[in-house]
Amino acid sequence: MEKTKYPDSNIPAELSEEVIRQDSMRPTQKWGLSTKIWLAFLFSVAGWGLFAYIHQLRGGLGVTAMRNYVSWGLYISTFVFFIGISHSGTLVSAILRITKQDWRMPITRIAELMTFVSLCFGGIMPIIDLGHPERIGNLVIFGRVQSPLMWDVMSIITYFVGSTVFLWLPMIPDMALMRDRLTDTTKRFDKFRKWLYTKLAIGWTGSKTQWKKLELVMTIMTIVIIPVAVSVHTVVSYIFAMTLRPGWNSTIFGPYFVAGALYSGSAIVILAMVIFRKLYHLEKYITYRHFDLMGRVVLALTLIYAYLNLNEYWIPGYKMATAEGHLLHDLFSGSYSFEFWLCQFGTVLLPIIIMCFPKGRTPGSLAFVCTLIAIGAWVKRYLIVVPTLLHPFLPIQDVPSSWSQYFPNWVEWSVVMAALSGMLIIVTLYAKFFPMMSMWEVVHGAKVEESKRVAAEMVKHEEVETHNPEIAKATV
Amino acid sequence: MDNTNEHESKGSKETDRRKFLKFGFLAAGLTVVGGGIEKVLSTEKTENPDTTVFTRDGKVFKADLNCLHEYVVPPVTNEEARKGIAGKKFVMVFDLAKCDGCKKCTESCQAMHFTEPDREWIKVFKMKDAETTAAYFMPKPCFHCDNPPCTKVCPVGATFKRQDGIVLIDDDRCIGCRSCMAACPYSTRFFNWSEPMQPEAVAHVKYSPEHGFPRQRGTTEKCDFCPHMIRDGKMPACVSGCPMNAIYFGDQNEDAVTNSAGATLKFSQLLEDNSAYRFMEELGTEPRVYYLPPKNRKYPKPDLDANGKEIKSDEKKQDASKGMIM
Repeated sequence: MEKTKYPDSNIPAELSEEVIRQDSMRPTQKWGLSTKIWLAFLFSVAGWGLFAYIHQLRGGLGVTAMRNYVSWGLYISTFVFFIGISHSGTLVSAILRITKQDWRMPITRIAELMTFVSLCFGGIMPIIDLGHPERIGNLVIFGRVQSPLMWDVMSIITYFVGSTVFLWLPMIPDMALMRDRLTDTTKRFDKFRKWLYTKLAIGWTGSKTQWKKLELVMTIMTIVIIPVAVSVHTVVSYIFAMTLRPGWNSTIFGPYFVAGALYSGSAIVILAMVIFRKLYHLEKYITYRHFDLMGRVVLALTLIYAYLNLNEYWIPGYKMATAEGHLLHDLFSGSYSFEFWLCQFGTVLLPIIIMCFPKGRTPGSLAFVCTLIAIGAWVKRYLIVVPTLLHPFLPIQDVPSSWSQYFPNWVEWSVVMAALSGMLIIVTLYAKFFPMMSMWEVVHGAKVEESKRVAAEMVKHEEVETHNPEIAKATV
Repeated sequence: MDNTNEHESKGSKETDRRKFLKFGFLAAGLTVVGGGIEKVLSTEKTENPDTTVFTRDGKVFKADLNCLHEYVVPPVTNEEARKGIAGKKFVMVFDLAKCDGCKKCTESCQAMHFTEPDREWIKVFKMKDAETTAAYFMPKPCFHCDNPPCTKVCPVGATFKRQDGIVLIDDDRCIGCRSCMAACPYSTRFFNWSEPMQPEAVAHVKYSPEHGFPRQRGTTEKCDFCPHMIRDGKMPACVSGCPMNAIYFGDQNEDAVTNSAGATLKFSQLLEDNSAYRFMEELGTEPRVYYLPPKNRKYPKPDLDANGKEIKSDEKKQDASKGMIM
């Protein structure tokens, strides 16, 4: 039971449905100057990245810093990172739903959106990394199911379709509401919005049978999407783990990557929660309690990740067998030691320590902690991909210096930054068209909270009357 | 009626005779004139010598060089390149006791395949397994493994293993994902990051995975055991290019391997007598390349310090002044 009481721990009873709806829809009704400036900035970053990619298409992958030893670099590290954070939606929506955690209601849409955008761009990163992207059809014509890359393709496509459906299904009642409320369609933009809401609402009328169907389909999707999500990051780990290289030839890569994905994905959800709560004044809904609970979730996931991380490095580190030994020496005390220990202490241990304290699970602290986690997860992916490639079994001798060192160059950074801004563009546009809170779920959640509170009050009264202090204490 | 017919036939006979004579004179005249013209024109060609031509079944004849054109052997089709040569199982053996690290194998390979100077499809490594063990040179081509990690991970089947044991790459199908490069534990593969140079000699050849040109940007390349040479009954470039006769190449089915000196040995005997091994056997890739340990080595070992690091050039000079052969 909570020792500290947060000022607005439960959605107050006086919060009517209408207030919830107005608060959710307000951001979609006006496009301010700051939105336009923000979008202009994002589009210019994306535009620059597109120019860099066209430069790469014309000159070949040689315009990047990748060469014959480090044949996978920033693009593949970023691919793994993006697919990792795509586990955010699954966690919040599916796992919390299946465990009947009703406090998830205000944050499900944010989480599902983060999954959707990170899969969009996570999916195109390997295509950007191809030497012949125009031959992508060969994956269909000549595809081999024995290849881990094919498993990636199939798994990511399945998860992408699944999470798109998972994002869209709970939007339907909200789309119907917005369609019905949008009566003034004199402006062309509003005409477009009305069309959009109508199409997405697919004729929703709110009848009992429709609600039943929606609940049923969502339950099925919830159950199905969890193993799909687990399979996605597992097969992403297999493009490394199915090779013989030191550092990659590990049996725990599947669980290690999934744990890393869940931990970084949930951190991204918290960051999105902080931002949208601030931007759209959703303090009444995304409360300190939500941060406390999500903070505990991230703490638990970080602990699991830290445990797997420990196994991944301590077991070969104890033995220091020849090839693994050289790699680990480089990570522990060589050229990558700074990044490695910064990751371990700054982005795994420090977040754990901070989140153990209640003060560490406030929006401000969590914003800081989750930024560390997000950056740390990205650097960690880079540390998985690049050092192993610089420590092949055979010594690196008599090769051009560009082969034996690697640091991403402007082309790679530009393209990756463009992918990031692409994600943010989609998030921004989404937030301007659609409510960032699932209105019907929040209304439903508020009602459930209210009825729980009322029931608890009633039980407490009864027990006090029958002089049973144990139960009376427990219901406080 | 008879009169007219006779008259006509007489008349027509006359016409026929005249026609025939006319035609005859015309033909004769043309022949003379034509022959004369031809002689006049052909007087310019008479300097070209004839050449003696031997056929495969032992016949000899003279032929005008102008009538002879170089026959460009058409490359093998994609299907045949994927199937390989029936009944063969190619193997290669390196006698490390005879390797002096001269890198002539690399040079021959690069000359044959017109590869860029930094691409060493066969690379001579300076190896030192431990602080206390001896240094040695190890030339390493592609191992053409029987359990190849590279062909397993290719998502489109652009790299494949043939019935004769050779692993090839189909540049027309490769999407450039570099999974094969990640999977190969022997640093065997190279990627065409930028537009590769296209030497004039092979720029217009029809592509086949067996000879690998013209090269394509965005695809992978590696040692191919010179299949086009093998089909011609010759040795791969590195084998024939080795001045120390240290490289043997042959057919495991025939149990025979040959080196550049033409010495043909029994393959299984060679392995048995010299206690041959494969590099990193524990990886389980089943290489088709064997090494004979550098026992009683003929030539100096590489310049490596105790930790296997290359000694810098000034240090080398110092050691030379001490009169030691390192």
